[in-house]
Amino acid sequence: MKRSLILLALLLLADPRARSETELRFCLGAEPKTLNPLLAADDDPSETVRYLTGGVLMRLNRLTQQLEPGLATAWKVGPKGDSIRFTLRPNLYFSDGTPFTAEDVAYTMQRLMDPALHSPTGDEFRSGEGNVLTQVTARYEVTIVFPAPVVGLDKLFDQVAIVSSKSPLKEKAALGPYYVSENKPGSYLLLRRNPNYWKRDAAGRQLPYIDSVRLDIQQNREIETLRLMRGEIDLIERLTAESYDKLAAQAPKTAYDAGVGFDAEQMWFNQVPGAPLPAYKKAWFASVNFRRAISASIQRDDLARVVFRGHARPAVSWISPANKFWFNAKLTPHPYDPKAALQWLAQDGFSLRNGALLDREGHPVEFSVVTNAGNTERERMAAMIQQDLAGIGIRLNIVTLDFPSLIERIARTFNYEACLLGLVDNDLDPNSQMNVWLSSAENHQWNPSQKTPATPWEAEIDALMRAQAATFDANKRKQAVDKVQEIVWRQEPFIYLVNKNVLSAVSPRVRNAHPAVLRPQVYWNIDELYLATEGAKGK
Amino acid sequence: MKWVRWAAIFFLLGVATACLLAGFIAPASYAHQFRDLPDAAPSSQHPLGTDDLGRDRFSRLLYGTRVSLLLAPAAALLSSLLAAVIGGAAGFAGGRLQVCVTAAIDLFLSLPWLFLLIAVRALMPLNVSPLASVAITFALLGCLGWAAAARVICADAAKLADSDAVLLARATGSGGFRLLWRHIVPNLKPVLSAQFWISVPVFILTEANLGVLGLGVAEPLPSWGSLLRELEGFSTLSAQPWQFAPLILLIVTVSCFHLAMQKREDWA
Repeated sequence: MKRSLILLALLLLADPRARSETELRFCLGAEPKTLNPLLAADDDPSETVRYLTGGVLMRLNRLTQQLEPGLATAWKVGPKGDSIRFTLRPNLYFSDGTPFTAEDVAYTMQRLMDPALHSPTGDEFRSGEGNVLTQVTARYEVTIVFPAPVVGLDKLFDQVAIVSSKSPLKEKAALGPYYVSENKPGSYLLLRRNPNYWKRDAAGRQLPYIDSVRLDIQQNREIETLRLMRGEIDLIERLTAESYDKLAAQAPKTAYDAGVGFDAEQMWFNQVPGAPLPAYKKAWFASVNFRRAISASIQRDDLARVVFRGHARPAVSWISPANKFWFNAKLTPHPYDPKAALQWLAQDGFSLRNGALLDREGHPVEFSVVTNAGNTERERMAAMIQQDLAGIGIRLNIVTLDFPSLIERIARTFNYEACLLGLVDNDLDPNSQMNVWLSSAENHQWNPSQKTPATPWEAEIDALMRAQAATFDANKRKQAVDKVQEIVWRQEPFIYLVNKNVLSAVSPRVRNAHPAVLRPQVYWNIDELYLATEGAKGK
Repeated sequence: MKWVRWAAIFFLLGVATACLLAGFIAPASYAHQFRDLPDAAPSSQHPLGTDDLGRDRFSRLLYGTRVSLLLAPAAALLSSLLAAVIGGAAGFAGGRLQVCVTAAIDLFLSLPWLFLLIAVRALMPLNVSPLASVAITFALLGCLGWAAAARVICADAAKLADSDAVLLARATGSGGFRLLWRHIVPNLKPVLSAQFWISVPVFILTEANLGVLGLGVAEPLPSWGSLLRELEGFSTLSAQPWQFAPLILLIVTVSCFHLAMQKREDWA
């Protein structure tokens, strides 16, 4: 018996699998569409893989919202805002041992800006017609020149994962903390620690602390929550308010509320002149009094308290209070005021008769709001708004549609009356929303692709957004963006409802996690996370 | 087990009565949101607690049962009539018509109707009241649910058309509509009846499935489908067992339909 035990112990010591390798596990909501970091998109799980494996020239600290040096030790944006010069960290290597030089940065930018590649990251750099020039001035110095000024140029490099120009593995060679070791489509991705990762901790120990990261493909968020509670996964990036409360009740140390985030839930009316709607309804929706009345009839506090269980706050404008620099702090959420709503409606000839609101021609005020089927929070919000509007005699019909049908209606046929959706925003710079606020933009949802601005206030927004994009003076830009927020607050083309809090879950065994409001909220400092079982090693 | 069948019938009658008298029994409107009491536990004011918007669950269960139990038989009647007309005519006429109808039924049964229902719902006018929405949903179910029953009726009608009784009727001068109406249809009644009773629970479950997809009955009108959606968050159900009430009622009601129709199937 004794001999057997000794033999078993020897076998365990000899077996490399018996080593205590640390593995962090969490779930991706879907299969990444690509593993090529140049093609990763913000709204796809491929962004997670890019973040974990890609080496970037500088990294945005998700807590401080400031840029920190990465592969570049220094950088300088040119005076016209159309160029940037990088000084690179010397003697670095990709995960496969290929040396990293300025040639790789130049190669990455050339590939990224190749129109044939259709890179979503590359699109953000496109400010004008012409080619991007890259000048390698030394082995570790490179200058990139754009055909026109790019607003917020330096921050865009947070998403540019540098790929190797010489490695036989091409984009699979990583400069980030991990590299893709295994990919079982539909099942999981296994990332292993990059042995050549450049970063070290204060004690001089090479990062990351955790040996591998396993990303399980799991679409069902309920199952994801159950798996966290069973200890099968270590973190959940985003929780619903309902799941958060469940977790907080059962495992308080697991649930994190990082405070109000960047995402907003909003409602808007169809103001497209050619929309297949009756003329009297188009007149309602085009009236600012009507929009303000609807806005004043909605109890935003109740939405935040009931639907989001207190993990949201009434929204003010298109920039969340979480965006510390750009939010216009002078503005406050529209209060619930049904009396004022009826007064605004009376100015447009609406009147309340037998509990039903009628317009000046006697049409009962009834309209539909479309939202995406399956989004419980939006369906609940719509049900609450339905009851709120019934209070001023308006009948609201709620229509839930599958997402492709919804997009078809709001972006192509314009056969809808009002829409309730959310805006996912992860960009600090308001310039990223030019495609929403310019009246000529396709994403100007209430009345897209206008040849000339339909209203004076839209013309004013156009001018202000162009003005902020044309200057690099932060104060002037801030003034222009503040003014746009005021116009939007007054005109309410989008009726902002709530800003959701960023809710996440982290297993107690994961240490040094500081959930932030910017994505990725939990693993943004992946190279500094460590597991409790490896406490001594990590520290 | 005659008493089991009678117990099932009494249960169904009890449920139907409670639904019809929902206006008197329900402690609150099914749409009213008690916003200070979301997700409340059962109490004297709310016998089954409240849902996540503070709506009284018991009231919603009563009205939801009324919607599902009234409209599912209506949809079953529509689909049975369509099946009788299409299947009966094809079986009686025989020949190429029967071949064509049988092929059409096979094609109809093989189509992915869930996607069609989603597409049809997306094409419907947006400004329809919740009542109209629920009526359209069940009308669609009725229009699409005839094929399986039509196949059974077609086969039965074909058998009847070749039977000695019908041969005798032909020999005595009966033909055309008279033969169909006097000799075929009365003999198809048991099959039609069985198909009707089979369809009722099927449509109830289909509506529940559509409700889970957010495509069934529009807010604020409840149905079994919308009530069952609350069970999606199954990780907390152990803490709120009263949320199972709609599921239990659905299972018991559907079981009772099966028990009640067992005798009728025997007749068939």
